[in-house]
Amino acid sequence: MNNHKYDAIVIGGGHNGLVNAAYLAKAGKQVLVLERRHTVGGATITEEVYPGFKYLIASYLISLLRSEVIQELELARHGLEIMPLESTFVPLLDGNYLADWPDHDATKHEISRHSKRDAEAYDEYSRTMRRLALAVRPLLDLIPPDPTSVTPNDLATMAKVKGTLSGLRKDDFYLLARLMTMSAGDFLDEWFESTPLKGTKATSGIIGTFMGPRTPGTGYVLLHHYIGDIDGVFRAWGFARGGTGGLSQAIASAARSLGVEIKVNSPVAQVIVKNGVATGVALENGDEYFADIIVSNADAKRTFLKLVDSKNLPDDFINDIKRFRISSPACKVNLALDGLPEFTSLPKGKEALLRGSIEIAPSIDYLERAYDDAKYGGWSRKPFMDALIPSLLDPGMAPPGKHIMSMFVEYASSDLEGGWNEEKKAEFLDVVIDTLAEYAPNLKNIILHKHIMTPWDLENTFGLTAGHIFHGELSLQQLFFLRPSPQWSNYRTPIQNFYMCGSSTHPGGCITGAPGRNAAMAILEDRP
Amino acid sequence: MLKSSPFHSRTAPLMQADQWRRWAGYRAVSAYEMTHDREYLALRNACVLIDVSPLCKYHITGKDSLSFLNRLVTRDVSKCSIGGMLYTPWCNSQGKIIDDGTIAHLSENTYRLTSAEPNLRWLEDNAIGMEVKIQDVSEEIAALALQGPKSRDLLMTLTDAPLASLKYYRFVNTSIAGVPVMISRTGYTGDLGFEIWLESSQASTEAVWDALIQAGRAFALQPAGIWALDVARIEAGLIMLDIDYTPANKAMIDGQTSTPLELGLDWAISWNKGNFVGRKALLAEKQQGSSVTLVGLEIDHKEFERQHNQLALIAPYPFTAWRTMLPLAFEGKQIGYATCGVWSPTLKKYIAFGHLQSQFAINGTIVTIDLDVDRYRRPFNAKVTKLPFFNPARKKDVL
Ligand SMILES: Cc1cc2nc3c(=O)[nH]c(=O)nc-3n(C[C@H](O)[C@H](O)[C@H](O)COP(=O)(O)OP(=O)(O)OC[C@H]3O[C@@H](n4cnc5c(N)ncnc54)[C@H](O)[C@@H]3O)c2cc1C
Repeated sequence: MNNHKYDAIVIGGGHNGLVNAAYLAKAGKQVLVLERRHTVGGATITEEVYPGFKYLIASYLISLLRSEVIQELELARHGLEIMPLESTFVPLLDGNYLADWPDHDATKHEISRHSKRDAEAYDEYSRTMRRLALAVRPLLDLIPPDPTSVTPNDLATMAKVKGTLSGLRKDDFYLLARLMTMSAGDFLDEWFESTPLKGTKATSGIIGTFMGPRTPGTGYVLLHHYIGDIDGVFRAWGFARGGTGGLSQAIASAARSLGVEIKVNSPVAQVIVKNGVATGVALENGDEYFADIIVSNADAKRTFLKLVDSKNLPDDFINDIKRFRISSPACKVNLALDGLPEFTSLPKGKEALLRGSIEIAPSIDYLERAYDDAKYGGWSRKPFMDALIPSLLDPGMAPPGKHIMSMFVEYASSDLEGGWNEEKKAEFLDVVIDTLAEYAPNLKNIILHKHIMTPWDLENTFGLTAGHIFHGELSLQQLFFLRPSPQWSNYRTPIQNFYMCGSSTHPGGCITGAPGRNAAMAILEDRP
Repeated sequence: MLKSSPFHSRTAPLMQADQWRRWAGYRAVSAYEMTHDREYLALRNACVLIDVSPLCKYHITGKDSLSFLNRLVTRDVSKCSIGGMLYTPWCNSQGKIIDDGTIAHLSENTYRLTSAEPNLRWLEDNAIGMEVKIQDVSEEIAALALQGPKSRDLLMTLTDAPLASLKYYRFVNTSIAGVPVMISRTGYTGDLGFEIWLESSQASTEAVWDALIQAGRAFALQPAGIWALDVARIEAGLIMLDIDYTPANKAMIDGQTSTPLELGLDWAISWNKGNFVGRKALLAEKQQGSSVTLVGLEIDHKEFERQHNQLALIAPYPFTAWRTMLPLAFEGKQIGYATCGVWSPTLKKYIAFGHLQSQFAINGTIVTIDLDVDRYRRPFNAKVTKLPFFNPARKKDVL
């Protein structure tokens, strides 16, 4: 029994937990972070699963990380370096390919090979998405107001929301309203005619969501992924040196330098609640820690259905959390390679494309079929993949001359019929490799080691309920003032002094640091 | 990765100082020589040959082609008989300019439209329900601008076509060195000049280029790049997309867009040809008056020179045009912005384009522009004048 009292305890050392702890410490609080794993980072992590090869076993790229977090926590000083990912390569089985280069003329040239019309539309599409993203981005930094409430705070925030949106051009406002309610596929059909272009653009709408590109609501997800920026360049994805684990290490270092105490191998079993007020936590080994502020970085389901005794929560709230949609379709595959994959459709002289994203997303139909296969507890026979060869960007990721390949893969249901087990894992891993080998036939000959994280593994490893990469679907019914539950979308919970700071809260998943930072603002509002 | 012009095999060997630039995804020449002075001087005093192949070109055919074009652009295309060309802007439904270019009436129901930016999608979207065929022929057609006072004399040694009597904005079909060409009395220099249009095969482009260079020896012909062209087009008061206006479909906010009325193109709007895209908005603007007006500015270069001399410096006149937005002020308050400026070697004036709140767009008004004097930034007077700055009679004369 430890009687030391902290100002705040953060349950979970995911990137949001670390960000939250750092901001609280910056405001003068004495903060303890308790992480169940042997290392911090949560899903923002790099691990040397196979000696010499640093695997990105969960997240792999950074885009939506709020620049405020980088500046205010001085992450550069703590070792953060983000290299922009320059291109997207979409190999096709008919020998052709599509590419997006960091250069306007070059991209236009590539798209014109498929459709001149699309090459022109592409400019306008990108500008439009950037304008919309620019308009909605300030919302990410707001603590969501309750639109039905008339408290001065909520009213003031609603006014800000309105202010943000009223800056929009009229036609953009209508477009935004439509985009928010449409499917990514239908939206893209309005813009483009070429199949591979629509395929690759649709992927932004399905990343991490258990929805197909034709599911209404994926339009919003599409936009969500446009909101990120690096150095002011919208829709830029970057690779952190050392992988995304490099980022969590930088945040942890910043947190420590601000006085945050971090304990790993410390799984919390229960939040201690007395008379409706959270006062501390009990670890699985029985140790107890006390503080005035308890913050959970775990997802909403884990937090309220596992860590808190239900007698402390109102029924309707529990129902909201129970119905929070969290089934997940995403897997992560890492390969240790003896050389580079040779894509049949990659022309000589364009090898630079291997340094960017490599997308197996030849068409919207391909993606929708991949979803169809998985919808009823199955997996895609031909999965969608967002692949990357990080060792081409950061040679430290693999031994000299060797490479790693990271593949984000959809869809494989978290509710797999019959349940996941080692055999099923191996079977799906083969599906992934077979699919990729159709595009890069030498792949199987250069694999030194292969590794898969299914939703089952993501749950077991990171405590992500159903392995959901965003702590719950980014669908409209559970965003903004509805995330994770109406009335409790402002990082506060029905239990006094108990807060949430993970991706189940606004603005949701991805490596943003926004929930962690916003939650700190809310906490400091209550307890300056 | 940049595309090469169909004349690349001829232009590349002439390049002396690697002064290439981008133009619509093509590699284009800024200047062949180490400096562009001689290229500009040849343009106004002899003749120059400029590769303008990167222009976008569209063939528009079909029974509805005239009504389609008349719906699309602001000018009345029905006034353009076969063998004629016209310059015109086109707008979106808010009357905001999207692009500007020329239309040539090639034959019955057949037109060619040129533009600075690709417009295929805009054209197709506006052709819905009409019997027209729109073909992007940008890569199939090569183009050269032969500009300058001696251009006609030169061309007349290469073809029997009636160039002596060819009027401004008319064209003829003929051949040069056995290659079929269309020669139009058009250009972007405000001078006597022609544009030569031909199919883009290497055999054709090389034959025509070689013939022009060969014949040009007697007329001090000089291949020239965009730097020389840019000086000339500013003198001639001709606007440039992306520099003097942001096309409406590229603008992030309404404040970045312009209308033809604001850009001094009221003469290029036909109010009584029937409806066209943007007409309603433009008519309202015409009735209320435009809030912004494009004007010429003559910057007080004597003062510019004096201030440099005071520091024991020679005034660094911009012989290459600057293309940045500089604020323009009246009594210390910003009332507009300039978009480009250059020293005019012909006029011996420091000229610029200004976009002024209309109440200041009166000839003779003095506004100020901030310019660098070595390490300092100082306001200089600039006098509002009418465009163009330079408009020689030879531009339109016939023999
Ligand atoms: C496969 C995969 C790929 C992804 N790819 C990307 C990507 O490329 N780009 C991107 O921006 N985002 C990506 N994401 C999403 C992103 O990684 C997450 O949204 C983000 O990392 C979530 O951060 P968090 O801090 O909110 O939560 P988490 O990272 O989930 O952190 C929660 C932490 O709490 C700990 N914890 C849970 N329960 C307890 C307990 N009882 N006691 C103590 N500790 C506990 C966990 O161990 C964990 O460390 C990906 C996610 C996954 C899974």
